[in-house]
Amino acid sequence: MRDLTTPEVRDALVEYLYALADDELLVGHRASEWTGLAPILEADVALSSIAQDEMGHALTFYQLLEGLGEGHPDDLAFARDVGNFRNAIFSELPRGDWAFTVVRQYLHDVAERVRLEALANSTYEPLAQVARKLIVEEKYHLLHDRSWVAKLGSATEESHRRMQAALDRAFPYALGLFEPPDGEAVRLEAGIAPAEQELRDRWLEEVVPFLESATLRVPARQENGTWQVLVEPVYGGRRGRHTEYLETLLDAMQMVYRMEPGAKW
Amino acid sequence: MVMSATSRPSDQAIWAALDDVKDPEVPVVSVVEMGIIQGFEWNEAGRLVVRMTPTFTGCPAIEMMRQAIRERLAMLGVEATVEVVLDPPWTSDRIADSAREKMKQIGLAPPARHGGMIELDLIQVVRCPYCNSDDTTLENPFGPTLCRAMYYCNACQQPFEKFKAL
Repeated sequence: MRDLTTPEVRDALVEYLYALADDELLVGHRASEWTGLAPILEADVALSSIAQDEMGHALTFYQLLEGLGEGHPDDLAFARDVGNFRNAIFSELPRGDWAFTVVRQYLHDVAERVRLEALANSTYEPLAQVARKLIVEEKYHLLHDRSWVAKLGSATEESHRRMQAALDRAFPYALGLFEPPDGEAVRLEAGIAPAEQELRDRWLEEVVPFLESATLRVPARQENGTWQVLVEPVYGGRRGRHTEYLETLLDAMQMVYRMEPGAKW
Repeated sequence: MVMSATSRPSDQAIWAALDDVKDPEVPVVSVVEMGIIQGFEWNEAGRLVVRMTPTFTGCPAIEMMRQAIRERLAMLGVEATVEVVLDPPWTSDRIADSAREKMKQIGLAPPARHGGMIELDLIQVVRCPYCNSDDTTLENPFGPTLCRAMYYCNACQQPFEKFKAL
């Protein structure tokens, strides 16, 4: 790709990579909170593996940032302050009940897959290579997510009610995954990444019919080929505006690292 | 210590040494048989640069394997750097036939060759590594490590693990 040398392009790329990495790190962290606690052993194993995958993805994106001079991946994950995180607020919400976990993981994984598919053609070759690698791993997440969403959507009255409540809460936040990080026009121009609006539409194209087939109501509809969402997206995360949930999460996640920076294990 | 071009071990000797390094998660199979070594070159400084590609990006064995490779090559007097590369991405089609046999012997079903067309495991016929029956059920697409799924054989009533197709 051309002129990564201009500070403008570099900054737009860096901003984007933080958004990708931080979403993965936090969703992975939330998934890891189920280790030992999930409703059945199979789900416990699955969530622990998903957590490990997402952390691996985060590490891969932090390594790209390291290559751009942003510092060591451990520092990026464990020594940055809350205002420097670029994840969507969606990714920092507490794990909630099992229904919320299932719904969030599903919405996240489809968004991730749609994004990676587009990034496989990025003009920034290191990012394109990472995208092509990670896409394959996502297949197994979606297999897990979809079977839980389909099952719980209509299993019992209670499971349906909880799934609907989870979706109602998650959906406006999930739209925040598509809040454009700063520098979108620059990235588009350089061919680094597609517009968030385009990714959001592809995501809606997939999640809306699937959730509806699981008997859930989704506040979005297609009119004359254009997607309309009927709720206000929750933005802010991509600009570093977060909730107290992220502060609490970082306090727990970063505590050990910050006690003895640079310690060797 | 770096090696002069004349005292370097042959490529064949290097491949043989790499073949001694086992995958810590499938300890009967070497990193060469797993297809995670893409190749190696001598750099200008006389160091050997080995290109390794991970099965899964979150694989915790990556660092262990890098170190094991460096240590094994040091026994040949070779100073090596192990570079982690992602292109082309690893696929389970890179696993050698010899490794597939060894996997079966430890009760791990090898992944089918897919030539790039991966069917989701749910609908795939997976043969039991113990009794060779096709009457098996996917219990969980996740298992004890990132690269494994869990199955149950209805014929011999044994649970078993399968190396995931990737």
